[in-house]
Amino acid sequence: MEIKRRDFLKTVAGGAALALAQPAMALAREKARLPDAVGILYDATLCIGCKACMVGCRKANNLPVEMTGSQNLWDNPMDLSAKTFNIIKKYKNGTGQFKDREINGFSFIKRHCMHCVDAACVSACPATAMTKDAKTGIVSYNKDACIGCRYCQVACPFNIPKFEWDNPFPKITKCQLCDHLLAKGQLPGCCNACPTGASLFGPVAALLEDAKRRQKMQPGKYYDFSVASTTSGRTQYQPAARYVPRIYGESEVGGTQVLMLAGVPFSNLGLPDLPSTSYVAMAENIQHTLYKGMILPVVAFGGLAFLVKRSGKKKEMDLPAESGPDIKPD
Amino acid sequence: MKEEQPLGGRLFTPTFLFCLLFFIIALFLLAKRFMYGLGAVTNMSDGYPWGLWIAFDVVVGTAFGCGGYAMALLIYVFNKGEYHPLIRPALMTSLFGYSLAGLAVFIDVGRYWQMYNIFLPWYINPNSVLLEVALCIGAYVVVLWIEFTPAFLQKMGADSAKKSLEKIMFIFIALGILLPTMHQSSLGTMMVVAGSKLSPLWWTPWLPLLFLISCIFMGFAIVIFEASATSTRYKIADESHMLSKLSGIFPWMIGIYLLVRFADVAVRGHLGLAFKGDLMGNMFLLENLLLLVPMCILFMPASRNNARVLFFSAISIILAGTLYRFNCYLIGFNPGGGWTYFPAAGEILITVGIVSLEIMAFLWFVKRLPIYHRA
Repeated sequence: MEIKRRDFLKTVAGGAALALAQPAMALAREKARLPDAVGILYDATLCIGCKACMVGCRKANNLPVEMTGSQNLWDNPMDLSAKTFNIIKKYKNGTGQFKDREINGFSFIKRHCMHCVDAACVSACPATAMTKDAKTGIVSYNKDACIGCRYCQVACPFNIPKFEWDNPFPKITKCQLCDHLLAKGQLPGCCNACPTGASLFGPVAALLEDAKRRQKMQPGKYYDFSVASTTSGRTQYQPAARYVPRIYGESEVGGTQVLMLAGVPFSNLGLPDLPSTSYVAMAENIQHTLYKGMILPVVAFGGLAFLVKRSGKKKEMDLPAESGPDIKPD
Repeated sequence: MKEEQPLGGRLFTPTFLFCLLFFIIALFLLAKRFMYGLGAVTNMSDGYPWGLWIAFDVVVGTAFGCGGYAMALLIYVFNKGEYHPLIRPALMTSLFGYSLAGLAVFIDVGRYWQMYNIFLPWYINPNSVLLEVALCIGAYVVVLWIEFTPAFLQKMGADSAKKSLEKIMFIFIALGILLPTMHQSSLGTMMVVAGSKLSPLWWTPWLPLLFLISCIFMGFAIVIFEASATSTRYKIADESHMLSKLSGIFPWMIGIYLLVRFADVAVRGHLGLAFKGDLMGNMFLLENLLLLVPMCILFMPASRNNARVLFFSAISIILAGTLYRFNCYLIGFNPGGGWTYFPAAGEILITVGIVSLEIMAFLWFVKRLPIYHRA
C-alpha cells in the first residue's frame, strides 16, 4: 500500500480540476414539461385592470385585505407580499393613452408564482418544504417542513416566495395555483373571477397551443377567446391586439407553467430577461458532479486519513518535541 | 519537551467588560427578535431575504474560521510539520468562528423550532446546496470541538484519555480537512442559483473554486494576524520566523486566484462593468486591489521578514476576502423591483454582540487553557 504523496496529490488535483471544469461546460440537466401539467395563460391585451382576480385570490385563499398609505380605505397592496399572492400592476409611458402600446401607451401585468418547470425554490430548499406535484406540476409549500432559511427567496428568479417578517412564528407564502380548489373540481380564484379571460386556466399544453394561435392573429380582426378555463365553453368574441412576438414562460429558465402574452415588451412590464437554461440546473450540475454517490468525498477522506496518519508517524520518529522545533524566547 | 500553557492573568479586564456590555445589549435585541419576528430588529425584506447575519456572521465568519483548515492542509497534506505550533491557536479561532456562525444561523432562521428537519431523512433534499452546506458546517463544528478536546483534557490532567483520543485523532483531522473543502466551495455554489440577481462581476459557475481558494488564503492571513496581534499583547513564544516563511504562500495563491477571477470576468465579457464608476464596479476594483497590493509586496522576501509589513498585508488580505464575500451575498445582489438593503441598527448590534462573545471566549480560552507556547 505504497501511495506516493506526490502521486496522490496529482490525482486529487487532476480530479478536482476535471470536476470543476464540468460546470463551465454547462451540461444542461433538461427537465421536460410534465404531460398533465396545469397552468395559467395571462393575456395582458385582454386585461382591463379591474383587479377582480385579486379579490378572487383573497377569497380563495382566505387572505386579509392589505391597505397601504394613510387612508386605510380599501385593498391596495403595492406589491406581492405575505398577504398578497396575486397582483395587477400597470405600465405607463408618455401620454399613456393607447392600450398595449410601448410608446404613449399602457399595459397591465399580473404577477404571481410562475410554477417553473425546473423550479429553483424546489431545488434550493434544504428541507423539501417546496415541492412540485409530480402530475400537475404545481409548486406548493409545506410549513411543517420549512425551517425558515429563505433560500427559496434568494433562488427564485421572479421573487415570488414571501416571508412573514412581522410574525414571531413566520411562514413562507405564495400562490399554489389554488390546488385546494382544483382538488374539489373548481377553478383557481383568479381565473374564476376574471371577466375577460385574461387569466385563463387549463392544461399547459392547451394553453401553449392557444398562445401560439393568438400570436398568429391579425391585429384588429375578431376572434374567440376562452374565458375562465380552456374547457369552460365560455368565450368572448373580440378583436385581437398587436402582440409582441414572444410567449413569456415558454422557455425562460427552462419554461414555466404560467405563460404570458402582451403588447408591450416584457422587460417594460417588470419581468426579468432570463436564459433558457435554469440557474438551478447549473448549480445542481456542479453539486452532482462533485458529490455523485459521495464517491469523490469518500476517496478524498481515505487519502487524507492516510496522509495524516503517516505524517503523525513521521513526526514521532523525526521530531524530538511534540511542539516542533525549539523556539527562542522573547 | 515544551507544551502549550495557559497565559494566565486577570480575566475581567476592561476589554472583557466592554465586550460583556455589547453582549448584554445584543441579548435584549434578541429577545425582541424572538418576540416580534425578524422584521422588528432587521432591515431584511422579501427582496433581500439574507442580510448582515448570513453575509457576515456565517459566510465571512466561517472564512475567518478557516485558519485551522488552512494550517491542517499545509501541515498534513503538504507535509510541513514545522508549522505545528501554529495549529492550536488557529483551531481555536476556527472553533469560535464556526460555533458562532451556527448560533447566527439559529437566530436568522425563521422557523428555528423545527430546524432539526434538515437532519430528518424524510425531509432532507439532497439536491439542495444549502443542505450540503448546513450538514457539513454542523459536522465540522462537532469535529472542531473534538479536535480541541485535548486542550481541555490537558488542563484537567486526564493524560490517559488524551492519549487514547490522540490515537484516533487522525480521523478527525482528515475530516477537518475534507469538510471545509466541501462546504466552503459550496458557499460559493449557493449563489450560482441566484443567477440574474447577482451582478456578472460576481456570478460565475466558478464561484465554488473562488470561494475555496479565498477561504484558504483568508485562513492563512487570520493565522498571521492573530499570531502577530497576540504576540504584542501577551508573552508568547516568538513565531515570527514561521509567519515570514508561511507568508511566502500568498503571492502564489493570490496570483492564481486573481488569474481565475479576471480571466473569468473577461471571458464572459463583463470586465467593462468594473470601470463604470458605480458602487458595484468600485467594490469589484477595491476587492481585488486589496489582494493585488499585498501580493506584490509579499513577493519580495525582505517585506515578508518585516513583521509590521506582514501584519498589514494580512489585514489587507482578510479585508479583501471579507469584501469578496459581502459582494457575492449582498452588494452585488440586486433582486430588481426597487428593493434596497442596509443593515438596521438592531441587526448590526446583534452581530457586534456575537463578535463580543467571541472575543470574551477567546480571552477566557487563552488565559485558562493551554493554547500558546509561553515565552
